[in-house]
Amino acid sequence: MDWGTILSNAAGELFSPVTAAYALAAIGLSVHFGYSGLLNFGQAGFMAIGAYAFAIPVLSFGWPTGLAFLAAIVASIVFAFILGIPTLRLRADYLAIVTIAAAEIVRYVVSTVGLTDVTGGSQGLNGYNRDFYSLNPFPDGRYGFGPWTYSANEFWVVIVGWTLVIIATVLVFLLMRSPWGRVVKGIREDEDAVRSLGKNVYSYKMQALILGGVMGALAGVIFILPRSLQPANYGTALTFFVWTALLLGGAATLLGPIVGAMIFWVVLSLTGGIINGLRDIGALSFITDGQAGQIRFIIVGLVLMIIVVFRPQGIFGNKKELSFSV
Amino acid sequence: MNALTPARSSVHRLHLVLAAVIIAVLALLTAPMAASAATEPTESAAPVEPAPVGTEAPDAGAGADAGFTIGGIIRDGQEPVEGVDILVEGDGFSETGTTGDDGRWSVPVPAAGQYEATLDVDTLPEGASPRDPDNVTRQVTVGTTSTVNVLFPLGEATTSTVSIWDTIFTRLVYGLIFGLLLALAAIGISLIFGTTGVNNFAHGEMLTFGALGFYLFTTLLGWNVILALIVTLALSAAFGYLQDTVLFKPMRRRGVGLTQVLIVTIGLSIVVRYLYLFFFGGGTNNIASGITGNVSFGPVTITLVSLISAGVSIVILVLVGLFLTRTRIGKATRAVSDNAALAAASGINVDRIIRIVWTLAGLLTGLSGILYGLFRGVSWDLGFLILLLLFAAVTLGGLGSAFGALVGSLIIGVATELSTIIIPPDLRYAVALIVLIVVLLVRPQGVLGRRERVG
Repeated sequence: MDWGTILSNAAGELFSPVTAAYALAAIGLSVHFGYSGLLNFGQAGFMAIGAYAFAIPVLSFGWPTGLAFLAAIVASIVFAFILGIPTLRLRADYLAIVTIAAAEIVRYVVSTVGLTDVTGGSQGLNGYNRDFYSLNPFPDGRYGFGPWTYSANEFWVVIVGWTLVIIATVLVFLLMRSPWGRVVKGIREDEDAVRSLGKNVYSYKMQALILGGVMGALAGVIFILPRSLQPANYGTALTFFVWTALLLGGAATLLGPIVGAMIFWVVLSLTGGIINGLRDIGALSFITDGQAGQIRFIIVGLVLMIIVVFRPQGIFGNKKELSFSV
Repeated sequence: MNALTPARSSVHRLHLVLAAVIIAVLALLTAPMAASAATEPTESAAPVEPAPVGTEAPDAGAGADAGFTIGGIIRDGQEPVEGVDILVEGDGFSETGTTGDDGRWSVPVPAAGQYEATLDVDTLPEGASPRDPDNVTRQVTVGTTSTVNVLFPLGEATTSTVSIWDTIFTRLVYGLIFGLLLALAAIGISLIFGTTGVNNFAHGEMLTFGALGFYLFTTLLGWNVILALIVTLALSAAFGYLQDTVLFKPMRRRGVGLTQVLIVTIGLSIVVRYLYLFFFGGGTNNIASGITGNVSFGPVTITLVSLISAGVSIVILVLVGLFLTRTRIGKATRAVSDNAALAAASGINVDRIIRIVWTLAGLLTGLSGILYGLFRGVSWDLGFLILLLLFAAVTLGGLGSAFGALVGSLIIGVATELSTIIIPPDLRYAVALIVLIVVLLVRPQGVLGRRERVG
């Protein structure tokens, strides 16, 4: 059992583009759930919207990367409006069901056979990142050290991804100490009280939904930049994994989503590595290769249940600022 | 039992709804039976596009004669067929045309008018058959154009004669059966939500539990079907009971918030689902129930198993309805749904009711899983795949209303199946979810929900 490789692989996940994408999506979810009390179970839908709105203009119309980023943002704003208009006036659990349903609708539509020319059907898309890589300012070579060694293109994705994460974190920090943030947090605590102060609760909720949704869409773009776009990745499981990452770190905290995403991926990589290592030395020979991967998700589910019951505020959370009272 | 009086008006409504639904279903299932003997069940379940590869129209002016000509090309796949006779008759005229080595045939006719072209099936080569064997005669009108082409598609017999109404009727029956299966599971969700306020995201796994259990006992272990059914149902009920005792009751004791419980159900769903995958693998398997055969009535052909499923669902749904409206425990259940604190104050043991509800939900959902597994095959994530349809059904009918769940399920079942007539079948679940969102826009409390503020 090669502990060096296992630990190195796990450490590599700390700053991988996937972790950045999860962190960004979790920050968006933190704006929704942690600060505004919106039960969004459709973050995978926002990520899919972002990914497809980025990839399709590039492939079908030859748009430059910058414009495609803009398309992802605009598409997610439109999606947020479609979700929010029917549900933000209703009870919180309605938003939960509608967002999860809308995310699934997105996945069904992009993988339908009839749209194969545009969306690639169930095969998905690839090749949309050439223009992005051509913008790469780093010359060819290896960057970083130890487990964090990247090729020039990987390094470019890592830099862009984590820059977006930092921008989003700073934005959330500034917004939540502004008057806007106080109103939004007030809505989370007691919607009627805020309404009685003359605030338009519906409009604030919509703004929060849009803000978190845009972050989700950008996370979707980061997620697909180093790989191909597969519609099967955008099922409800993705949403639940982002939720796990968020709750691990703490919902209404600045660093919670980032640290949560890091822990999520490091633990996933560690358990996968250890189980495979044990199989190699024959300790778990009754487990097949596929089953080793499934054990990791059983652990994810258990961790999710345990933290929600025993430490609902997450690692960084403040128990007073619990947003579970929605 | 004062807490029950407000529910009395809804009891009448429930009866009406139940009666209407049962009558509608029975009428659909029995009325066309009489006509079944006359019709041949040639249609397959799915409307198959007739692929236009069998024939091809000849070039304009294929008939060399200056006069009027009836003709065409006969091909089997891409191969032209030689030596096929076509009899053209009309108004005292009768002549037979034979296809040449390029598959073309043409018959010059003396004048404009009505003719009848008949394909002589006996002259077709071995292995080739008309795609539509009942209809090898074409009415041909020779008018102003000198050459009229007649098509005789060859190939596999398919559904070229299915009318739009037959298709709609077939889809409707399938939708109702699907809706009844959904209803069994949806009532479980609705009862749990009503009594505890929990949106149970692990409900799909209870469905899979029934399907996998039945598959394990019948197909893998080869047990008797009845025995397997009883054991699976008992285990399903125990599964529901255990979920409450081990997980949800302690959480209620701790005062864990509803949103936290909701996320716990998500975690439970992930754990249980991947355990299924771990032990049963990722494929889709069919249950060897020993019940085979098809039943056809009118244009619809369904498997005997589906028909039995529908019948069982109706009987169980009626029993659940009677349980909720007639028995003391059923009334107590609805009282807890209505207002748990008031129910407790009037002497109802709320914890006991919730325990019964979980057990009942496990039983019903397990049964739904068994029937669904017979209907569409068993896989590790079958429950998770239709979980959203269940939520859509429950929300459509009105959260917390058991009879709303029944109506919502039937709507969802019929809507998903009917939509495949117009849109690609891989989008049919999306249609159900769009229906859900539209209903929330127009009538947020659901079809049968009480008109109260839900915002």
